[in-house]
Amino acid sequence: MDFAALRVSSLLALATVVVLLPLGVWAGHALAVRTFRFKPVVEALVAVPLILPPTVLGFYLLVIFSPRSPLGAAFEAVAGQTLAFSFAGLLVASMIVNIPFVVQPIQRAFESVPREVREAAACCGLTPLQRFLRIEIPLAWPGILTAAMLAFAHTLGEFGVVLMVGGNIPGETRTLSIAIYDRLQAFDDQAVGVMAATLLVIAVATLSVTTWLGRAAGRRG
Amino acid sequence: MGSRALGVTLRQAAPIPLDVSFTCDPGQVLAIFGPSGSGKTTILRSIAGLYTPSEALVQAGDETWVDTAARSSVPVHRRAVGVVFQDYALFPHLTALSNVMTALGHLPRGERRARAEALLTLVHLSRHRDRRPAALSGGERQRVAVARALARDPAVLLLDEPFAAVDRSVRRHLQDEIDQIRRSLDIPLILVTHDFDDVVRLATHLLLLDGGRMVALGPLGALTSRPDLPWLRETAGLGSLFEATVVRIHASRGLAELAFQGGTLFAPCRALVEGLRVRVRIPAREIILAKEPPRGLSLHNVLSGAVSAMYGDRDADHVVVQIVVGEVRLLAEVTRDAVTQLGIVTGLPLHALIKSLSLEVLTSQA
Repeated sequence: MDFAALRVSSLLALATVVVLLPLGVWAGHALAVRTFRFKPVVEALVAVPLILPPTVLGFYLLVIFSPRSPLGAAFEAVAGQTLAFSFAGLLVASMIVNIPFVVQPIQRAFESVPREVREAAACCGLTPLQRFLRIEIPLAWPGILTAAMLAFAHTLGEFGVVLMVGGNIPGETRTLSIAIYDRLQAFDDQAVGVMAATLLVIAVATLSVTTWLGRAAGRRG
Repeated sequence: MGSRALGVTLRQAAPIPLDVSFTCDPGQVLAIFGPSGSGKTTILRSIAGLYTPSEALVQAGDETWVDTAARSSVPVHRRAVGVVFQDYALFPHLTALSNVMTALGHLPRGERRARAEALLTLVHLSRHRDRRPAALSGGERQRVAVARALARDPAVLLLDEPFAAVDRSVRRHLQDEIDQIRRSLDIPLILVTHDFDDVVRLATHLLLLDGGRMVALGPLGALTSRPDLPWLRETAGLGSLFEATVVRIHASRGLAELAFQGGTLFAPCRALVEGLRVRVRIPAREIILAKEPPRGLSLHNVLSGAVSAMYGDRDADHVVVQIVVGEVRLLAEVTRDAVTQLGIVTGLPLHALIKSLSLEVLTSQA
């Protein structure tokens, strides 16, 4: 069992959720309640990471992360290291991969709040921010929690993009799923078995909690 | 227009055609009546600020809520408006009490709970204050919605089909409650409905709406005694409506004697008690016209008056005759043949014959 890899995986999953969730709540709410001109385009872009091969996504990220690109150069000037093959780079990649897993459930959750309920809140004298915090968030929270769970579980299991962008640096970018591949190449079947079982348990637990929350929300509505 | 009256002018050609202009004084109940899709709800939404037609002027007392000509509009949450939505739109995650407290943001934090409890008591729902909407019946939800709308201490109260989602039996009860509550409020009240029963029981004024266009506007009694509203005849049936007082109960005969501004009427006494103020509606089809006072008929009500107006489409087989009886104008719907037979013309003295069972006597517990 590669505990350094488990630590990198957990840290990456947690950081992805913490950074991405507020952005996802903002974007999901905007997509649910606002109408704007390029909404279909934005919705398509949000879903792109679902169908793009990880290698394609990884390639483009490497291009952007390269010191020859403005972003890569800026990061290197500030942090003194390249984005590619670093934990920070891995986090950026993980966030992009997880956009659909976070934004879509949150958007659906906000969409399921009836328009009349939002309007009634306005007629009760609540400002837009009060409506958001006191009415919409409480009604959409099962969706928001689902998004967090999905992003967490999905990050733990991400393989392709991590390999492309992060490589396999122990303690820095070697995640559990990379470690499994690594150990398998070395015919270390026992370590592979333990780590695979760990990921399986986490995945099943996450989905169980998500389903249960969905049911609880259904009962209440 | 009084200083606390509501003034509304809305116009637009598309997407929802609208062309209305009306005022509503405090204490008045203006019913907006029309078929589904006639733009009734859009008018309410425009007053609340949830919708802005291309041309709008809404003034509540001294405040101008929207004036498209001046490009000014007050956001919804700053308009002191109480709205009861058609499906009530309660907050599903909050208890009845919290639903009401949500609309009490204008009060100091410490006073909100007591005020919300008082409002729930007013709508007879204090025992269910800790229940969420899902655990309440349709009528109970409607009451929470009314309490929540009143909580804002509104300058205008708007009711959008408030009884559409409840059973007939509950409906009568809720109508009485709303009627009682509105008598204690001194604000304009707008009631949108497609059920004429709501109009007859609650309204003081009536706006008839068809395809976003105002067909007629005026006091309820005046509009219901106008013979020239074929549109109203087709949608709700004609029938004049007036106020009366129960002056005597003849228990042995099972009759109540009602005094109105045109004389007296006898109606089945049922739940009536002496001194009660009631509304009486006489369906125009239930009136028989006679030139001579009848004899030997099992009839209690013979009102004498004179023809004041007549209305009939050339191709229709019926004529609507308006008869003045004292201060009240009655409508009678008769065949074209009857008009010829009796030689009915404007000014002709006539007797209106009405079965006591045909009278619709509407009581309110207030």
